[in-house]
Formats: sequence, structure tokens, C-alpha cells
Amino acid sequence: MAGSDVLAFIERILPDLLRGAVITVELASMGLFLGLVLGLPTAFLRAYGKGLPKYIATLYVEAIRGTPLVVQLFIIHYGLPDLGLTFPRFVSAWLALGINSGAYQAEYFRGGIEAISAGQMAAAQALGMSRLQAIRHIILPQAFRLALPAWTNEAIYMVKYTSIAFMIAVPELLARGKMIISWYFRPTETLLAVAAIYLVILWVVARLMRLVENRFKIPGIGFETDQRA
Amino acid sequence: MSTLSPEPVKPLLDGSLKNENEKKREIVRVSGLKKSFGSLEVLKGIDLSVREGEVVVIVGPSGTGKSTLLRCINLLTEPDAGHVWVDGAEITARGADVNKIRAKTGMVFQEFNLFNHLTALNNVAIGLKVVKKIPEEEARRRAMEELERVGLSSKASSYPAELSGGQKQRVAIARALAMDPRVMLFDEPTSALDPELIGEVLEVMKKLASEGMTMLVVSHEMGFAKEVADRIVFMEGGLIVEEGPPDVMFSAPKKARTKEFLGKIGAIHGGTVVA
Repeated sequence: MAGSDVLAFIERILPDLLRGAVITVELASMGLFLGLVLGLPTAFLRAYGKGLPKYIATLYVEAIRGTPLVVQLFIIHYGLPDLGLTFPRFVSAWLALGINSGAYQAEYFRGGIEAISAGQMAAAQALGMSRLQAIRHIILPQAFRLALPAWTNEAIYMVKYTSIAFMIAVPELLARGKMIISWYFRPTETLLAVAAIYLVILWVVARLMRLVENRFKIPGIGFETDQRA
Repeated sequence: MSTLSPEPVKPLLDGSLKNENEKKREIVRVSGLKKSFGSLEVLKGIDLSVREGEVVVIVGPSGTGKSTLLRCINLLTEPDAGHVWVDGAEITARGADVNKIRAKTGMVFQEFNLFNHLTALNNVAIGLKVVKKIPEEEARRRAMEELERVGLSSKASSYPAELSGGQKQRVAIARALAMDPRVMLFDEPTSALDPELIGEVLEVMKKLASEGMTMLVVSHEMGFAKEVADRIVFMEGGLIVEEGPPDVMFSAPKKARTKEFLGKIGAIHGGTVVA
């Protein structure tokens, strides 16, 4: 009796939640992409740069890692309008997540870059490659592989962090759940349904990343996850 | 084991070789080279000349600046003072196209430094593709030829982690050779190898020398030096102490220190070749 009631309730709210899940996935993938675009150059500037560019890269990473994501989100959404910069809710959330992720991704890639012996750069240059060519053809492919396990974690965190977008009323998965709770006053079933959808998304992300890792696997450039498996 | 040359013939042969060498063009010229790391002066003014087809082996105690000298020749290490010419072009000149001049030198490292994410074939092909802009197919074909040259065409699709130390170093030699260098720089190419793997690398180097490749080798392999070198350069404390043909350096060096060092190291790394 109660069981079929719960099922009926979930069936009723599911379309709404799934619409939110689509926004969650959009936010997460776009956030990861922006983070990648910001994080990769930041990593290389911190590892190989000097002077002002390196300083700016370091400042970016430290400022982002040193402040809460919610504060960053609020500065972008509620603070920047004072400077004449107003974004739609979704864009504010995307910028906050992407800029935040960029700082962390930079650190993962820097870790990968610094795990590569200096001899790799020397050998590339000895062949006549410029530093940029060496970075592109020799360092980047290895740093990318070394950073993949950490990057997988970042992807998983990113999906979960999108939930803070509900604080500026982006209608993503958690925000829909909150709305549904205020309509029906059934928090337990609603939140369990929300959690279950996150779980499914994250399971898919983990599978995808495993596929990516296997696709790029090379003997001698280890993925910890593969050694555990 | 090589045989002892009959005494009367050798000076004659040497004399004619020397004249021929003098006519050959200079491939590497180093003049007044100095380098310090912090307060430590590693090179204190090195002058060196290597002519086409010459095999020069640099020996000396560790920390003497041998590797630094080699790395200064292709500017992997930037000297503080002095000049380096490779095949007539000054690499230390202001505004020199360093990458282009570097491509004229092939370098083999003690730690191999193969590109870990590339197969043996692609390790050899990558320089052709990226630096020489040779199309994929042609680059792979030429890379395969170079692998054949070091006897490793069967390992073309293996990754570095799947190769033995000796095989790695042979791939590294092929990678350098593919760029068609005017001179090969060997930085202790066998020092990181298990003893039983040293032979295969030295064989490849001997073959190269016999094909007329100009070579500058930092090594403790005295057997190799005696057999293959045209000239041995003894370095100590950032300076060239003495240089000369192997037979003179081993049997009648001018400096007592040369005799002492080569005597000691010959006892350990003598190899099988008798001078």
C-alpha cells in the first residue's frame, strides 16, 4: 500500500527531476570544459613559466583554492553586477564552477607535468624541437595520462558541486527537489530520488572515465585505478 | 680480441691518417668554454675541436664537467662564456637558430630518455615529423630503417617500458640518427646499463664509428676507447689535462695524472680489448 504510493509519487515527480538532471549534466560538462581550458595553460605557466604570467597563474590557483566555492558563486552572481557585469543564473553558475575547477585541474596537470623527468624535455630539445613543440608532443600527452586519475575525481566532484547552483535558483536537480518538497512536503522520498539520480549520473561518469583511461593506457605510464582493478 | 699492430707500420699509418684528418672539415669547435653552477665552476675554459669522421672519447673523474661540456655543445646547458660551433654555425651566437643547429647534433643520454608515451617506432619518427616536417608515412618508413640499423625492427611497436635497458639505448641511438646529425654526442651511454647489456650498445656504436660517423663520447669504457677512439681527451677539474691518440695516452702519456687515472680506470673498465 505504502510502497505503491511511494512509487506513484516518484513517478509523478520524476519528469521534473529529470529536467533538473539534464541541467546538472550540462552544468557539470560545461564547467569541466571551462576548467580544462583554464587549468591546462595555468598548469604549464606554473611549471614552465616565469615572471608575471607565472605569478598570475599562481595567484589564480591560490585565490580560488583559498576561498569557498559558494563565496565565489555569490561574488560572480551578486557582486559583479555592481561592476556592471550581470549574467543569467545558469551562466553565473557555469562561470563559478568552471573557474573553480580550473584552479584544481591546474594543480592536477601540474602534478602530472612535474612527475615527468627533465630528461624528456632535454631529449625533445636535443632533437631540435622548440620548447612549445616539446610541450605539445612530448610533455602534454604524458602529463594528461598521469593526471587522468585525479581528473576523474574532479569530474565526479564537479557533478556534485553543481548542486550549489540551487543557491542562485538555477533549476538543476537539487533545486527541483527543493521545489517539489515545498509543494508536496515529502522530503524523504524526494531527496532519496534526487540522490538516486546523482548516483546514476556518477556511475555513468565513472564508467566513461574508465573507458577513457583504457583508451589512452600505455605500458609504463601507470594509472593507479588499473593497478587496483 | 684485436691483434697488436706491427710496430713499424703504425707510425706510418698514423702519419698519413693525421694528414688526412687535418684536411677534413671541423664539425665541432669549442673555444674558451666556461660554466659555473652557483659558486661551483664546472668548466674552466675548454678548447676542443672535432673533425669529420673522428671518434673522440672524453674520460675523467666524475664531477669533472664531461657531461656539462657535452650539454654545452648542443646548448642544453647554456655556457657562461666561450663559443661553440657546430658544422660551421655558431650555436652560442646571439640570435642563432638554436633549434636548427641542435638538430645537427644527435644526443644519447645516460638515462636513455625515450619518450615514454610513444612506441619505439614513434620515438624515432617523432623528430622527423615535428622538426623536419616529414609526412607520416615517409617518417615511419625512415624510422623503421633506423630501427633496422640498430637491430630492433622487431620491437617497433613496443613501448619503452617493454624494452630492456640495452634495447632502450639502441632505440635512443636510432632516434638521434634519424635526424641525420653531423655529430653524435654520447653522454655515458652505457653507465646505467646492466653489465650484460653494455655489449649490444657498444656494438652499435662501433658500427657507427666504422661507418664514419663523427662521435664525441663521454665514457668509462676503456676497451671501447682503445679500439674505436681516434683521440682520447682526459678531463679533470673542469680542464682538459691531456689529449692524444689512444696508444699514446695509454702507453706513454705526458702527464703523470693521466697515467694514474687511465691505469686505474683501465683496470676496472678495461673490457676485452688489449692495447
